[in-house]
Amino acid sequence: MWKFTLPFAAFLGLVVLFVFGLNPKRDIHALPSPLIGKPAPLFSLSQVNDPASVVSNDSLKGQVYVLNVWGTWCPECRVEHPALLAIARENVVPIIGIDWSIDHGVEERQKASQWLQQLGNPYAAVAFDQDGRTVIDWGVTAAPETFLVDGQGRVIYKFVSPVTEEVWQHEFLPRIAAARRAGA
Amino acid sequence: MRHILTAWLLTSVLGFTAGRGAPALDVNGQLEDPALQTRFEDITKNLRCLVCQNESVADSNAQLAGDLRRQVREMLVAGNSDAEIFKFMTDRYGDFVRFNPPLESKTLLIWGAPFIMVVVGSFIVVRIARQRAHMPIEE
Repeated sequence: MWKFTLPFAAFLGLVVLFVFGLNPKRDIHALPSPLIGKPAPLFSLSQVNDPASVVSNDSLKGQVYVLNVWGTWCPECRVEHPALLAIARENVVPIIGIDWSIDHGVEERQKASQWLQQLGNPYAAVAFDQDGRTVIDWGVTAAPETFLVDGQGRVIYKFVSPVTEEVWQHEFLPRIAAARRAGA
Repeated sequence: MRHILTAWLLTSVLGFTAGRGAPALDVNGQLEDPALQTRFEDITKNLRCLVCQNESVADSNAQLAGDLRRQVREMLVAGNSDAEIFKFMTDRYGDFVRFNPPLESKTLLIWGAPFIMVVVGSFIVVRIARQRAHMPIEE
């Protein structure tokens, strides 16, 4: 009796494990963000290509916006950039950028400005996080990470890894529409 | 030959002591207060580096781990309790940041798994032992 049922139970267990574990859509590095549903962490940083002006998300309260954390040291961000440009052209929500100087170097400011000049600028504004504190406040572990903030200033969605047109269509746009309906 | 042997012994002994939980490089040395330094080491050992997820913040050389060490250091110097520091981290990174997650319904399996293993294991051992007891002794 046991000779048959035990291996069979083990086999069923493995099937369940593999169905979930080997699902190609499952990202094993993706972590649930404790920020979802919470007020967006506030920041007030200098603009990357204009150190004299300030970028703050406090002034964005009342509108839905996207926050994108990137850096010129991040190859995936380069992959993502054309998609951000296309999204910006749709003009649905403002995209706020946070340029993460991962080594705390001030050179990142220069590199980021160059990046925006050469590749195009999808951002309404880009804040320069030189000491990495804002990035920690947002619970960022790697770039690129993209957040969606609703009209009440709450984080409603976080996407890790490069945003693509498909992700934008399927994950962001419906949530933006829902947030606007709820806010109206 | 003797020299080589002593050198080898010395490096292996040093390597052993230094290699155990070798802390990551930091620019800002030790904390002045030894009690704070001990707490700093305890806390960072129990925080997961989120870049290389199986390393602790204490051991990791990732930039983010360095920033998190700076955060812990600053909060310690500012007089925050260990609980406040862990709360700061879990508020931002979730329970995943702790190597020692709190016992909750969703972490029940993590904490319970060792006991389940022991129960299942002893069940198997007892069964095998009972079967063997019935076997004839082979020569």
